[in-house]
Amino acid sequence: MIEMKDVFKKYPNGVTAANGINVYIGQGEFVYVVGPSGAGKSTFIKMMYREEKATKGDITVNGVNLSTLKNTKVPIFRRNIGVVFQDFKLLNSITVYENVAFALEVIEEQPNVIRKRVLETLDLVGLKHKARMLPTELSGGEQQRVSIARSIVNSPKVVIADEPTGNLDPDTSWEIMKIFEEINLRGTTIVMATHNKDIVNSIKHRVIAIEGGKIARDQQKGDYGYES
Amino acid sequence: MTNRKVIMVMKARTFRRHVKESFKSLGRNSWMTFASVSSVTVTLLLVGVFFVIMMNLNSVATSIEEDVEIRVYIDVAANEQDKELLEQQMKRISQIASIDYSSKEEELNSLIASFGEEGEAFKLVEQENPLKDVFVVKTKKPSDTMVVAEKIGKLDYVSSVKYGQGTVESLFKFIDISRNVGLILIIGLLFTAMFLISNTIKITIMARRHEIEIMRLVGATNSFIRWPFFLEGLWLGILGAVVPIAVVSTAYYYLYDLIQSKLADNNFIQLLEFNPFVFQLSAILILMGAAIGIWGSLMSVRKFLKV
Repeated sequence: MIEMKDVFKKYPNGVTAANGINVYIGQGEFVYVVGPSGAGKSTFIKMMYREEKATKGDITVNGVNLSTLKNTKVPIFRRNIGVVFQDFKLLNSITVYENVAFALEVIEEQPNVIRKRVLETLDLVGLKHKARMLPTELSGGEQQRVSIARSIVNSPKVVIADEPTGNLDPDTSWEIMKIFEEINLRGTTIVMATHNKDIVNSIKHRVIAIEGGKIARDQQKGDYGYES
Repeated sequence: MTNRKVIMVMKARTFRRHVKESFKSLGRNSWMTFASVSSVTVTLLLVGVFFVIMMNLNSVATSIEEDVEIRVYIDVAANEQDKELLEQQMKRISQIASIDYSSKEEELNSLIASFGEEGEAFKLVEQENPLKDVFVVKTKKPSDTMVVAEKIGKLDYVSSVKYGQGTVESLFKFIDISRNVGLILIIGLLFTAMFLISNTIKITIMARRHEIEIMRLVGATNSFIRWPFFLEGLWLGILGAVVPIAVVSTAYYYLYDLIQSKLADNNFIQLLEFNPFVFQLSAILILMGAAIGIWGSLMSVRKFLKV
């Protein structure tokens, strides 16, 4: 679960990106984070995996208090969180298999466990047959599926996605959403920042709208609510 | 298996992974590898050549310095007892390493010998030897020569003290200056090398900040991220030392013979023997290469690891 209490974030350049945020996201929820560009969506999400530190207030994720978490403990904390980006962030010099295995090698998992889990996860995202290809040989949607596979291969409790369909065409976006739905069905919390009105309005989940660094709307089975 | 054992096994496997990764990335970033190795090579070549010159000059300087001795001429009026007293007094001077006595007869013989055939002429004076008995004094440190000579000069029954006054002072000064200049140049070269290499590696790492970003994202600890870079720096440094070692060793092998044959009849300028000098030099170059490689890569990776 994710909890924020009176969270403020002011950047050194004076921009206030979080202006008193209070939110609770329970285990197994699926949450869309919507809002205009520059409203503080990214900061909201980045604070959840401690890429940004709150200036004031308390953030607790998976029982870890991020305001008191030491820098050296951040890597251990991140192992329970999967992160997916708009631009995939894959390593293009290594294969699909190696990209996914990377997340397990880094936490020094046993080789036989790595092999089993990577193949299972690639199967889940439907890319087992392309394991030996390089990311550059795949389509955008397939690359995003690799990136999702990497984020869930160590079975995190939470997956945070920052505009995962931002670079993809509508058909591919639906495929990606199907995978997220499946991951969510297994009990993983999903927090997804998105600008995709069609998806938010069709696959109904909780919607948190951020405007001016504040939660403007928090609605179960909500709508996108903006003109895109 | 105990817990600790499990950790040990993990560590060994992780270490193998780091080694493998570091080699892989050398190949993957072959262009940057080439650039880094080249800059290490160029610098170590300069350092190597300079080192050869410096060390040889130093050894020649040392042997010249060691040839400096103080000759204490004893007053003709001194009897055996007086001489013994003088020797006792000199022994009390702490900077002195050795005192050898040479009677006037021995002095004459060595003088005659030094003239070779023509020395025969001096045989005539054997009955009326005009030379004096001498104490030959060596100091522990050559630079103490002047002070010691002055102290001995004040003792009784010392007729005169000679050590090549004037010449020795300026020789020591010259040797001192050249040593310091050499040291400064070598240090300067090393700093330039480190700067050059850390810049090259910085470019390599800039290209790989993406990789570091992802490693951090999936929960790699800083030391886990650092290890492959550390090893990569090490390999770069060692690879960069190969060509300089080969070039300097080969060149020294031939130059040694060439110079030594020209200096054959000159017994006080001796070059350092090929073995062990070249092997010591190689070890120094490898260590320097490794040190600057590691330093460069760790310095560059540091700025990307701030959480």
